[in-house]
Amino acid sequence: MPDGQSLDITITVNGEARTVVVDTRTTLLDALRDRLHLSGTKKGCGLGQCGACTVLLDGRRIVSCLTFAVMAEGKAVTTIEGLAQDGSLHPLQAAFVEHDAFQCGYCTPGQIMSAAGLLSEGRNGTDDEIRDLMSGNICRCGAYTNILAAIRDVLPRESGR
Amino acid sequence: MSETRIQDRGEAETLRDVPHHKLAAAADKAIRGGVARPVAHDSAARHVTGAAVYVDDIPELPGTLHLHVATSSRAHARVAAIDLAPVRAAPGVVAVLSAGDIPGENDCSPVFHDDPVFAEGEVQYAGQSLFAVAAVTREAARAAAALARIEYEDLPALLTVDDALAADADLLPPHEMRLGDPEAAIAAAPRRLAGTIRVGGQDHFYLEGQIAYAVPGEGEDVLVHSSTQHPSEVQHTVAKVLGVADHAVTVEVRRMGGGFGGKESQPALFAAIAALAAKKTGRPAKLRVDRDDDMVMTGKRHDFRIDWEVGFDGSGRIAGAVFRQAARCGYSADLSGGIADRAMFHADNAYDLRAARIHSRRLKTHTVSNTAFRGFGGPQGMIATERVLDAVAFALGRDPLDVRRANFYPPGGGAVTPYHQEVTDSVVSEMVEELERSSGYRARRQAVRAFNAGSPILKKGISLTPVKFGISFTATHLNQAGALVHVYKDGSVHLNHGGTEMGQGLFVKVAQVVAEVFQIDLDRVKITATTTAKVPNTSATAASSGSDLNGMAAKAAAEAIRGRLVAFAAAKYRLPEDRIVFLPNRVRIGNEEMSFPDLVQEAYLNQVSLSSTGFYATPGIHYDRETASGKPFFYYAYGAAVSEVAIDTLTGENRVLRVDILHDVGRSLNPAIDLGQIEGGFIQGLGWLTTEELWWDEAGRLRTHAPSTYKIPTANDRPDDMRIAIWSKGENRAETVFRSKAVGEPPLMLALSAFSAIVDAVAAAADYRAFPDLDAPATPERVLAAVEDARRRAGFA
Repeated sequence: MPDGQSLDITITVNGEARTVVVDTRTTLLDALRDRLHLSGTKKGCGLGQCGACTVLLDGRRIVSCLTFAVMAEGKAVTTIEGLAQDGSLHPLQAAFVEHDAFQCGYCTPGQIMSAAGLLSEGRNGTDDEIRDLMSGNICRCGAYTNILAAIRDVLPRESGR
Repeated sequence: MSETRIQDRGEAETLRDVPHHKLAAAADKAIRGGVARPVAHDSAARHVTGAAVYVDDIPELPGTLHLHVATSSRAHARVAAIDLAPVRAAPGVVAVLSAGDIPGENDCSPVFHDDPVFAEGEVQYAGQSLFAVAAVTREAARAAAALARIEYEDLPALLTVDDALAADADLLPPHEMRLGDPEAAIAAAPRRLAGTIRVGGQDHFYLEGQIAYAVPGEGEDVLVHSSTQHPSEVQHTVAKVLGVADHAVTVEVRRMGGGFGGKESQPALFAAIAALAAKKTGRPAKLRVDRDDDMVMTGKRHDFRIDWEVGFDGSGRIAGAVFRQAARCGYSADLSGGIADRAMFHADNAYDLRAARIHSRRLKTHTVSNTAFRGFGGPQGMIATERVLDAVAFALGRDPLDVRRANFYPPGGGAVTPYHQEVTDSVVSEMVEELERSSGYRARRQAVRAFNAGSPILKKGISLTPVKFGISFTATHLNQAGALVHVYKDGSVHLNHGGTEMGQGLFVKVAQVVAEVFQIDLDRVKITATTTAKVPNTSATAASSGSDLNGMAAKAAAEAIRGRLVAFAAAKYRLPEDRIVFLPNRVRIGNEEMSFPDLVQEAYLNQVSLSSTGFYATPGIHYDRETASGKPFFYYAYGAAVSEVAIDTLTGENRVLRVDILHDVGRSLNPAIDLGQIEGGFIQGLGWLTTEELWWDEAGRLRTHAPSTYKIPTANDRPDDMRIAIWSKGENRAETVFRSKAVGEPPLMLALSAFSAIVDAVAAAADYRAFPDLDAPATPERVLAAVEDARRRAGFA
């Protein structure tokens, strides 16, 4: 296997500028977990199909296992570790606790980041539409009812629908 | 300074009475988090902040190596030559491990010594482990492994149940259960039917894949962090492979990102390889299996073919039934014997068959060795039973619910199962009656018929099916558990037991039990990682037994310490023991009260042991294989579900529109956790029966090895309308922990209602003139084929 090129990149992670040296083929997921030791973001399938690795890139949700770290250069990444502010849980995090919206917890960071993406992308809609928007995040324990209830608690109800 | 802090070197005999803390005014309130409370999962706050540590999140020690396992590309072949020199020479490679590097036994099987860690000479499935590479990075290990030069000479491969039946390839001896004379009963019955149903397997797809992280210790010692439901077995396997005593190996797991049975026997291979690498190199070694590799390498739910015959009367009452079950076990035994047994134990589901023969064959194929999956054969046994009930009802033109009801085990006892256990606790009639009412079943059934009459393309179906699930490991000796409880001098409690946490909420339930015994708030009980060093010789957290067994063991440990505290207080204050009463966060001693920590401190100063193990073994269960009879189950868990579905007769697509569930959890230890298990079990069962299709190609290679090709239910596949209730009258007649019932597996089989409802909808597509021949999973392709087949048989043009 030929060596990839290594690059010095700076990414703003959870509000803090972080510089890492990465192989150009390193995924953002591996950079976050292995280099920056932010292990809250999980690797589920490595194929962008389970959603466990969801983070926000400049406020939009992406699957970090299919994003090269170099693609985040100069951008802002928000991970599950960056969601709570000043020691108090983000409303989504609090709602997930309130609604028991998990079992094993492995998909939970991805579910919450995906829901945070709905907020920051200004997406909303009926329960059906929310389910559709969240269908990229698999919960193998099947806690979908409570996940939806938690998200519904936090997303503003759209008027006129 | 508190006297209790003086552990040594104190002046002799200087102890004074402990100054008692003022009791809080709120002390009258019940404790926070006792049993029967809907307490949140103990890791809730960590789960939502990403702070919950799974094995891959443990900070890596310096020098940690990463492993990749190279596997067979052939289903059945002789390995003519294998050249690993290019692998060893690849950049970053530190060690290459194959069969010759194993100091102990080259085996990671649970029982039969038939699962080599590394195949030697012959490979028996595409995906079988051949060798492992330890390198400085995962990428280097993977890239190096691809450089191996392997020459295969292909051998004939058996891939399917039918292949194995044709070749008479029994992996394990057949087993048979017999009640009465079913052949005579069927022959004498007014009506007879026969059929075949095939049901597919299922991949666990635990979101956290298989992983092990081994840290070498001094001498022969090794510590293995393993994502496993069965630490004791991983410990034993690692020791066996390394050729050391079990005491040299410690296996620890705080939590898993899902298990579902896939982490019962399967983690042993990966833990053994990681431990082997760690001991060979002297460096920590991590094996995190890539998702596609995980799906190819690890066992799945057994697929079955079941042939059935039934005799019945004009009301649908069954006179006798015969089930011939054929399970595809794969290349090795693994847990297939127990799984095939449990399929037999559930061939009756909730029905008194009166006369029955259950015959089981456990077939060898050159595919991955199938393994435990939530339900452990029970779901496969029950799907055929429900097919029989649907077929009988169709033949008689009766509502399937009426036929089911006519055959339920009677509530008063008296009827026996095909394995001769009397069913004394049947609540199925009562539950079904309640669900029939609450779900509006009858009116909705009419509405479905009316809808279908006016809808040429979309067809609806509805079905109510029951669940009766036997609780206990059917290998009787496994029904034991241990726990370890320490009370520290400040009154805080350390809890450890042999059960493992995979998201099912076992840890919080057992902690609730301990909090209840001591009458202290739940946050005073520390839940700690499962480790073979604290509680030995544990059984897998499986068979829905986690709370039943570990809850009782922890209760025993806590009660032992409480008993010592009572004896101490009674002696010290010269009171009978019944005057010492544990109240919320305090203890009444005669007419005085003191806080729990104060009593603990006094006990410590008076040299009372504040640590205890606890042990529990389920009483009175047994099974005699020779006579195929006994009482293998301590009790049964019951449930029932109504599913209403719609199918599109042009595409075969299907959807569950509404499901109503009533489930019996006895007296729930934690209703919030139990509801989650019921809902999640149903969804997982629905996936097994509708969308999750495993597909092997003609060369025996699994081609559905990622969520791109293997469809797991998403938020969108959840039924739009789910109405789940815990049965309010539920109680366990058996003496279980606070009279609760096991809940892990039984709800999965509630999804059989959806499968039966799809059958009903397919029948509607043929105007109810032909009974559908639908196998599981009911993918759009199968539904479409079943519609066309039923219409053809019904004489549609």
